[in-house]
Amino acid sequence: MASEFTMRVWRGDISGGEFKDYRVEAQEGMVVLDVIHTIQATQAPDLAVRWNCKAGKCGSCSAEINGKPRLMCMTRMNLFEPGETITISPIQTFPLLRDLVTDVSFNYEKAKSIPALKLKAKEADGTRRMYQDDVDRVQEFHKCIECFLCQDVCHVIRDHEDNKPEFAGPRSFVRLASLEMHPLDEEDRREFLKSDAGLGYCNITKCCTEVCPEGIHITDNAIIPLKERVVDAYYDPVVWLMNKLTGK
Amino acid sequence: MANDKYETHEYDVIVIGAGGAGLRAAIEASAAGVKTALICKSLLGKAHTVMAEGGIAAALRNVYQEDNWKVHFRDTMRGGKMLNNWRMAQLHAQEAPDRVLELEEWGALFDRTKDGRILQRDFGGHRYARLAHVGDRTGLEMIRTLQQHAVHKGIDVYMECNIQRLLKDGDRVCGAFGYWRESGKFVTFKSKAIVLATGGVGKAWKFTSNSWEYTGDGTTLAADVGADLIDMEMIQFHPTGMVWPNSVRGILVTEGVRGDGGTLRNSEGERFMFNYITDYFRAETAETEEEADAWYEDKTNNRRTPDLLPRDEVARAINAEVKAGRGSPHGGVLLDIASRRSAEYIARRLPSMHHQFKELADVDITKEPMEVGPTCHYIMGGVRVEADTAATTVPGLYAAGEVAAGLHGANRLGGNSLSDLLVFGRRAGLYAAQYAQNLEGHPSPDADQIEQYAQELLAPFNNDGGENPYTVHMALQDCMQNLVGIIRTESELKKAQTEIASLKERLAKVTVEGHRQYNPGWNLALDLQSLLTTAEATTMGALERKESRGGHTREDHPGPDPDKYGKINLVLRRKDGELSLSEEPLPEMPDDLKELFEESK
Amino acid sequence: MSDQAVAVNRGGPTDKTLRLDAWWVEPAVTVGMLSTFLIYTTWAALVNEHYYAEPYLSPFYSPCLSTSCMHVTLGLFDWPLSPAILILWAPAGFRLTCYYYRKAYYRSFWMSPPACAVRDGHAQYSGETRFPLLMQNLHRYFFYAATLVVLFLWWDALLAFSFPTADGGSEFGMGLGTLVLIANAAFLSLYSFSCHSCRHLCGGGLDVLSQSPLRFKLWRQVSRLNENHMLFAWISLVVVMLTDVYVRFISMGYISDVRFF
Repeated sequence: MASEFTMRVWRGDISGGEFKDYRVEAQEGMVVLDVIHTIQATQAPDLAVRWNCKAGKCGSCSAEINGKPRLMCMTRMNLFEPGETITISPIQTFPLLRDLVTDVSFNYEKAKSIPALKLKAKEADGTRRMYQDDVDRVQEFHKCIECFLCQDVCHVIRDHEDNKPEFAGPRSFVRLASLEMHPLDEEDRREFLKSDAGLGYCNITKCCTEVCPEGIHITDNAIIPLKERVVDAYYDPVVWLMNKLTGK
Repeated sequence: MANDKYETHEYDVIVIGAGGAGLRAAIEASAAGVKTALICKSLLGKAHTVMAEGGIAAALRNVYQEDNWKVHFRDTMRGGKMLNNWRMAQLHAQEAPDRVLELEEWGALFDRTKDGRILQRDFGGHRYARLAHVGDRTGLEMIRTLQQHAVHKGIDVYMECNIQRLLKDGDRVCGAFGYWRESGKFVTFKSKAIVLATGGVGKAWKFTSNSWEYTGDGTTLAADVGADLIDMEMIQFHPTGMVWPNSVRGILVTEGVRGDGGTLRNSEGERFMFNYITDYFRAETAETEEEADAWYEDKTNNRRTPDLLPRDEVARAINAEVKAGRGSPHGGVLLDIASRRSAEYIARRLPSMHHQFKELADVDITKEPMEVGPTCHYIMGGVRVEADTAATTVPGLYAAGEVAAGLHGANRLGGNSLSDLLVFGRRAGLYAAQYAQNLEGHPSPDADQIEQYAQELLAPFNNDGGENPYTVHMALQDCMQNLVGIIRTESELKKAQTEIASLKERLAKVTVEGHRQYNPGWNLALDLQSLLTTAEATTMGALERKESRGGHTREDHPGPDPDKYGKINLVLRRKDGELSLSEEPLPEMPDDLKELFEESK
Repeated sequence: MSDQAVAVNRGGPTDKTLRLDAWWVEPAVTVGMLSTFLIYTTWAALVNEHYYAEPYLSPFYSPCLSTSCMHVTLGLFDWPLSPAILILWAPAGFRLTCYYYRKAYYRSFWMSPPACAVRDGHAQYSGETRFPLLMQNLHRYFFYAATLVVLFLWWDALLAFSFPTADGGSEFGMGLGTLVLIANAAFLSLYSFSCHSCRHLCGGGLDVLSQSPLRFKLWRQVSRLNENHMLFAWISLVVVMLTDVYVRFISMGYISDVRFF
């Protein structure tokens, strides 16, 4: 059941590189990451790739397969025709370290800036009560495995390096949405969203949602609701008029 | 020192490993006011804790009022076949509820009961529904919560940094030495105290649920500086790993499938677990399918389904069914929830299992059974620690989580791992911080020693032996899988010892291509040292323990030996470079706790 | 249009895209569809004739607010130009600022980006942070206005059951046009009430939904509709155009209405 493929894999570092072709045999059921491992074990022992769980749960093996941002461990080889040439390149938005590994520290830096959870006081009996109906919505956001494919595909930073300081990216918005919609949180992050996280840069072209391996509805359930909350605070003409009139 | 040759950082406490235990330790140490750093091999938040699915065991009593720490303690000890360190099991059962509630304070959102409290689910070996959970991705929730809390507390995190040696000043530790994966450059951490939280050893086996990181680093680092290891022969094979396709063989299928109503069947459709109820668990296990099915709804009047016997029992049963020719097409058994629960329920309770099987095996678990078989999952043994403080036998060195031993005895119950990480992660961080606070002066590693280590680590580049590290690794995995697997026997274990010795020689000849920057070949060559050390330790223990107990089954000694091996830990210690083994009595349980076991018989 | 974004060199490949599939089909189809609609609507709204064929009023001219209308809904004042101008700003603004259409035209017309993982068509990008795109934040006010218009469309559909008789009176009846007007009002309602702003106003803005059972229910319903917002956007777009065509053709005498009873 094995079939041969040509894998065009990017080899290089920050100073540049090139695609190199490897002929590999793929057994039934293999995923792209298996094939990369086969190349490592037999043809290029120093081929750099980042991976951990190989089960779509840790979000380490992000790459672009035939130009599409995907997890290598969740892309089965039977998606492709035998004999086909498959291009594997590193995610583009972050500086390359080596081969398929990029420096994703941008995302960790952004995470540091997000205002933390601030819970309201406990119930009179000393417990915390939250209901499944309220928690459901936020649990969707907690599914995020931080593969950063949404950050990779987002044209705001992918194609515009200069926006990086101003824009926190879809992953951060998912996190911010989870905090803003937490049933017991009482921090207001709307000013942060508008001014620091650059929510306005998002033009809701939905690529983040398209590539999310966890199927999180990033645009519809996180970003747009956040935009609406910002509208509540800043773009409501009635509120604006009242503030003008009362001289606030 | 200004004239350090390599990049150097100085801390009061460094924590090696950033899974649940490491993160919890770092949070506690930092909160105690000492300068703390967290060092991890991967990116932050990718550690194996993320793979934990089922839940966190804690007697919160949200679902069953009858539950309490004593019941949890008893379940843990009995599940561990009484080889556990009783004091650890007691602390664990007592403190787990607080640790879970603390996670909620930090932002974790567990599934809820109707009255708005944390919902708890059934799991193997737990008398009551006890596991706080989030669908089947509890580990992700836990690691993300801890990660974000640690980030907001401003703890320094060093990612993709691989610690290879611990440094000593006299008989106590004073730092760690390793390299950045990104650049391959060396780095020294000077530190008054060190917490090891490096996880397990699963990558020594071929079929494992563990990721590449689980190479026994902490166990080896500790042994190399003279710390005791115990129970290294106790390896848990999780009964349900994926068996097909081959490339995903070993990936975990959560026990939650059975906790939520799934059942194991052989190729004849028989629920074979009813044939494998041992006397030890007979009194508390259902005898008929009717009783087993009724138990899910009513635990007071029915006994637990044998599908949820402790993992060692289920793994052996599956192994026996397959050997008897009643296995599934790809050499496992069938795990069926599709015919027992609605598609909607399955998708809600087990979303990531649903996704995993659909994507990786083209199987829709709401319609078809899964094929599952045992997979190397966890090591109960590891670094010996003092129960209350998580201190190892080396001053300044602490250990928590899977790398530490004692809590789980001969077999770990599902759900007890995440609570272990929280309870003992916190304790390790707390006592490491206290130790550091009481220590005067600065840690001062020996520069010559560091230089020697640096040369050792670079050896694979200068070697012309021509061995490929990947080939050596695969040979080790075959050896451990075939000779030190679920069922062991003296002749095979001896053969394994010979093979491991020859693999050590081959490792000395490993040659690495390319340069130091993000070079997986070199990284593996270095990890192989710890893999081989732990493989050797496990095999030594397995050969010595001439009985069957929990995660250690000897074909040539099929029953337990309560009079000898039931009373001792096998302790491994490095002496003059070689591991040596000794027997030491288990800590004696006080009488008031002993009573808990007598009344139940 | 400004210059194409330059490749940012971060060490990896710098191709415009490495995608092999026909990623350009979707934006091309969108341009075709939206352009057709825009051109037709502009013409139909400005032509100021053939928008009423008793008892059917074209949705582009509803509600008719000028006293000089062919069919006056609410005669507020006399307006010399096409009465469509008085009301079309509301649905037009609603669609222009709609979260779905924004995605559609930013991708297809503005190529920012044309498709996922295909390079942005512009060198500079500031998204919706500055005027005029900052005005996209006014979406919910267009939602209010457009909802009012939809109410009038239901009124028109109701009037479409009342046919003139020879003696100058009216009788109850139903024609194909009645169904067309109902379908039009229905799809426009589905589009309007599945809107993201509507979802927010119904309950999305609350952190604790379980304590407001009514709003929670509403939010859940709207959320379900919202999943198909794009579908409703396209269907309602085509249906509203065809509705105008139907009324126009009857009015121009090209076709005659089918009367059921």
